[in-house]
Amino acid sequence: MKKAGYLKKQKEKEFIAALGAKARVYAPCLEDEAVLFKPVEPDSVICLSRPAVSSPKSAIYPQSETLFSFRFKKDSEDPRRTLVELDDTIAVPDTIIFGARPCDARGIAVIDRAFSKTETPDPYYLARRAKTTIVTLTCPEPSTGCFCTRVGCGPAETSDSDVMMTELEDGYLMEALTSKGEALLESPILEDGTAYEAQAKEAQKAAHERMIKEAGEADTTPVDPETFHSQVFWEKAAERCLGCGACTYLCPTCYCFNITDEQVVDKGERIRSWDACMFHHFTLEASGHNPRAQKALRLKNRIGHKFVYYGEKYDGIIACSGCGRCIRGCPVSMEISTIAAALKKNSGTVSGEQ
Amino acid sequence: MSSEQLIAAIKNPYLPDLATVIGAVDETPNIKSFRVVLNDEEKMKRFSFEPGQVGQLSVFGVGESTFVINSPPTRMEYLQFSAMKAGEATAALHELSLGDQIGVRAPLGNWFPYRQMKGRDILFVGGGIGLAPLRTLILFMLDTRKDYGDITIIYGARSHADLCYKKDLEDWGKRNDVELILTVDANSPGPPIREGFVPTVLNEIAPKPDHKVAITCGPPIMIKYVLQNLAQLGFKDEDVITTLEARMKCGIGLCGRCNIGSSFICKDGPVFSLAELKRLKFEI
Repeated sequence: MKKAGYLKKQKEKEFIAALGAKARVYAPCLEDEAVLFKPVEPDSVICLSRPAVSSPKSAIYPQSETLFSFRFKKDSEDPRRTLVELDDTIAVPDTIIFGARPCDARGIAVIDRAFSKTETPDPYYLARRAKTTIVTLTCPEPSTGCFCTRVGCGPAETSDSDVMMTELEDGYLMEALTSKGEALLESPILEDGTAYEAQAKEAQKAAHERMIKEAGEADTTPVDPETFHSQVFWEKAAERCLGCGACTYLCPTCYCFNITDEQVVDKGERIRSWDACMFHHFTLEASGHNPRAQKALRLKNRIGHKFVYYGEKYDGIIACSGCGRCIRGCPVSMEISTIAAALKKNSGTVSGEQ
Repeated sequence: MSSEQLIAAIKNPYLPDLATVIGAVDETPNIKSFRVVLNDEEKMKRFSFEPGQVGQLSVFGVGESTFVINSPPTRMEYLQFSAMKAGEATAALHELSLGDQIGVRAPLGNWFPYRQMKGRDILFVGGGIGLAPLRTLILFMLDTRKDYGDITIIYGARSHADLCYKKDLEDWGKRNDVELILTVDANSPGPPIREGFVPTVLNEIAPKPDHKVAITCGPPIMIKYVLQNLAQLGFKDEDVITTLEARMKCGIGLCGRCNIGSSFICKDGPVFSLAELKRLKFEI
């Protein structure tokens, strides 16, 4: 029997403070008008009612992090020589992501696979991931651009989370899905949730149906190879793209990165930061050669990674969770859902982009 | 297990080995070779790689770039890398002096399928600094000469001064078990050798494809026409091999820069047959 607890809304703050005493808590917090995933501070205002602008991936995969530090030192035996010392120890705090949406949790599952199921896994990501517990909120209402059900996720999808929380009248039913989740629900602040399970099931079902009505059922039609390799298709699809890269920074599944050095006098750090495949200079070589010089090729790579390449490596899985963030955040209203749908037809054009 | 231990348990693929520059050679006005040894003697002794594999060189405080190990695994006194001065990292590499410390992450990537080339005739077609990866395999084959048939090398550069590895070219030119054809663009001052672009010279020489494997590397535009010309000469796609370059950061197939579809040049390459490139729908 899965463990279930009930969190009364008036005890939400108290519960989060208790979690915060044990771990770093990331939650959607109000910042002016925006809702952003951030580490919770004593004066943070948590907002679960709207999907956050940013995804919680930064809790596990920070926008920028130190890979190691280096220090230059005079060689005591030969003062003409400078030696280098490297240090790659990092502190990894226990982390709780509170109030993710199922599409956010799916995004993390996508990055998990990329950073772990590969020849050379990424130790920084794995260390943080191992210490992270994901508490996901059943998505009550679809937002503009949401299409999670089309890519096989859903507003009540439980498969990528440790705890599922579902909003009911005066509180949240918290259901543990993993042993990490069970540990998190060991709290005197929670009441027994058994009595609320049937009600929560109803709410989850209703949320799922609302989303299906909004976005449609899972579309398992494969991408048409001819359309996918059509230059005309991508030129048309990318026509109004500004190459700003906002989509990649907001995306819960994007994980491309850059590595740079920063140095002050005799010491410095090698830093990894999120990067964006939509930038012209992402693939620009020092010689001036650029294998993805046109934005059409860059868009093809980005969409291709999510809907073709990732699946080629990982069992046909789509590396898009349908969260709609790139759609809501795009300054020129490009829609990944429309492009993905058009890719499945042997049409050569993106519908709605005449 | 604490997470700090977790990092220690997996070899950190981003942490370079420290190495010392023990030699530098000016190859051309803008290409320099560096000979390095890992500071950890045991590690250097155990270091093994295959011809065609690459490494990431770090100048701490500036950054990292990818270079092929262009000394062969049959000569392990040092690892040699060559860099054309083009961007920030290569400019910093050119400033290095003997004894300076750099970082090395190597070996990375795949290698030339030399085991499948045994007993066959080998045709190398190189341009400019593209001779670097070919040099590894040429020296390796010369060190295990009896395993291979005829070896032909067509190599070109913009001018005499831009011909790389002049000492090697001189050695290969003297050997009677290697046919070396050098070419430079028109009007280059220097001793008379062929004039003309590498793909054109390849057509003039017109090597027969029978029992032959062709291996090519050079600037993208050269590779493009060499691949076309080899096909016209009758070389099968499986028998044409090239080694690619791309901007790389991680070297382990994660950072997202050097992919061709779902393959990564850093991890699944840099060596590809033309047949593989066609399967990947790669266009140079």
